[in-house]
Amino acid sequence: MALLKTVNLGQKYGERYVLKDVNLEVDRGDVFALIGPTGAGKTTLIRLLDLLETPASGRIYIDGVDVTCSGGYRLAIRRRMALVQQKPVVFDMSVYENVACGLRWRHEKSEAIRQKVEAALELVAMADYKSRNARTLSGGETQRVAIARALVTQPEVLFLDEPTANLDPVSVSKIEEVLAHIIGQQKTTIVMATHDMSQGQRLAGRIGVLIDGEILQLDSPSEIFTSPKSREVAQFVGVDNILAGVVVAKDNGLVTTEVSGYRLQSISDFGLGEEVYVLIRPEDITLTLSKDIGSARNTFLGRITKMTPLGPLVRIEVDCGFPLLALITKRSAQELGLTVGGEVYANFKTTAIRTIKRWR
Amino acid sequence: MTELWEGLTRAIQLIISFDPEVMEIAGRSLAISATSCSLAALISLPLGGLIHFSHFPGKRLLISIIQTLFSVPTVLIGLLVFVLFSRAGPIGGLNLMFTPAVMVIGQVILIIPLMLGLILSALRGVDKGVAETAISLGASRLQAGILTLREARYAVLTAVIMGFGRAVSEVGLALMVGGNIKGFTRTLTTAISLETSKGDIELALALGITLLFIALIVNVALNRFQQR
Ligand SMILES: Nc1ncnc2c1ncn2[C@@H]1O[C@H](COP(=O)(O)OP(=O)(O)OP(=O)(O)O)[C@@H](O)[C@H]1O
Ligand SMILES: [Mg+2]
Repeated sequence: MALLKTVNLGQKYGERYVLKDVNLEVDRGDVFALIGPTGAGKTTLIRLLDLLETPASGRIYIDGVDVTCSGGYRLAIRRRMALVQQKPVVFDMSVYENVACGLRWRHEKSEAIRQKVEAALELVAMADYKSRNARTLSGGETQRVAIARALVTQPEVLFLDEPTANLDPVSVSKIEEVLAHIIGQQKTTIVMATHDMSQGQRLAGRIGVLIDGEILQLDSPSEIFTSPKSREVAQFVGVDNILAGVVVAKDNGLVTTEVSGYRLQSISDFGLGEEVYVLIRPEDITLTLSKDIGSARNTFLGRITKMTPLGPLVRIEVDCGFPLLALITKRSAQELGLTVGGEVYANFKTTAIRTIKRWR
Repeated sequence: MTELWEGLTRAIQLIISFDPEVMEIAGRSLAISATSCSLAALISLPLGGLIHFSHFPGKRLLISIIQTLFSVPTVLIGLLVFVLFSRAGPIGGLNLMFTPAVMVIGQVILIIPLMLGLILSALRGVDKGVAETAISLGASRLQAGILTLREARYAVLTAVIMGFGRAVSEVGLALMVGGNIKGFTRTLTTAISLETSKGDIELALALGITLLFIALIVNVALNRFQQR
């Protein structure tokens, strides 16, 4: 039986629905990530699951028990869960006392509290800070205290709402290390929200893509990443090239799809005449100045229409008769001497293309 | 002018020599006001938490009424208590008129609005996330409420001290229902007013300085606590 289950769960603020018909199942020991753009309703869903809000519609089951509105049981059920909020609020007391709070509220013995708090602080590498007032901590340190404070109660379900949002990369990797440890060692059931697609991929076993209050796809990270089932999901997971086409030839798994009069080859088993979308991740496209490239069967000459720097990378839009977006390193862009208006060959392998059925 | 100067020096002598009369009156003032202040705090703290955390129609109106009562005249409360506790009054049978007990009751009524109002605004100053975080970490509503009061502890303490200040410095109520009976209900403020009218300016000044001194000690202690 699923540890956590929702049936047609919905929430509205005023007249506006911010969550619609959410159907989820999370098994014991699962690590489930909710990904979605800002404002999609991730926090709202987590707050509903943690019984901090009551839903406008639908039901929530924990261990098969309907807990949607069960007044008196809510405290007992809430005590089996813990939440690390998107913007954690620490209490105006020492780090140690902050972490001890949950245990004190559960009336644990002081010796047990001491041991558990120290272990939790050790786990998040905050043991040296235990006497500091928690209000004086930095963002990353606060986040780690919030995680320790949630973990110390040994929750059956741990909710993490954007555990690494607004942190620098070093703090992010520290926190992800802690989370990976919890996932590996303690087998805690985790439901986390993130708008960092790659974080979901690194940590979660299953991902739900929440866009505009609706779960659009529930799958393993690799499925979500490679086979988005809708344009919205595809865009969100970073498949920037979504080309509508029709299968025009087929030869032993090698399929030729016509896109705006151009022929793209890919590996899939769609039949002749089927309407499909061809998905190409921008980082799978290489740009060259000559046509000669070994294994890439798809090579198109195009003109650069736009170049946008993205840290060490450059996003390059190329018009090959159909638009393509490529992501290459700044260094190779310089070596190739790419400029807006210049001509370039866009190459991608048959295996880099994902062909999926057209949604609408 | 010389009168004031002489009064001041004698007043200081009276205080330094721990004059029994001054000490006795100061002690009683302190005891009565500290009792009223504790009782009022005992009522205002839970009541403040309850009002703050519950939602009901008329909550804003209630808060406005409480704030209006900050400045209720002490003689008005004195009148109310007098009517209630005098021989002919509804609870006159308790025979509490002109006792320290009835003074405490009057002061509690007098300072509850002030304390309650300041506690409410102290609670409003606490980030809403505190109670919610506590709930999400397994606190009951009561535990979350206590934590919120704890977060507001400095402002809450200020509220209690303000209540004490109002109790210890008021004179109208103490005079009306206490009666300024020597050795029984005479407090610093009622004694000051009596001695002044009798012309014993030195004693009145000594008592006044003692009152200020008490206020000073309380404030120093409060600042100490807030700086920690
Ligand atoms: N208490 C509230 N009253 C009114 N609207 C709200 C309330 N809480 C959230 N919303 C709205 O509901 C929508 C979903 O918000 P939510 O916080 O769940 O999004 P999110 O997916 O967590 O976004 P983010 O990634 O930015 O954290 C938003 O449009 C938000 O403005
Ligand atoms: Mg959010």
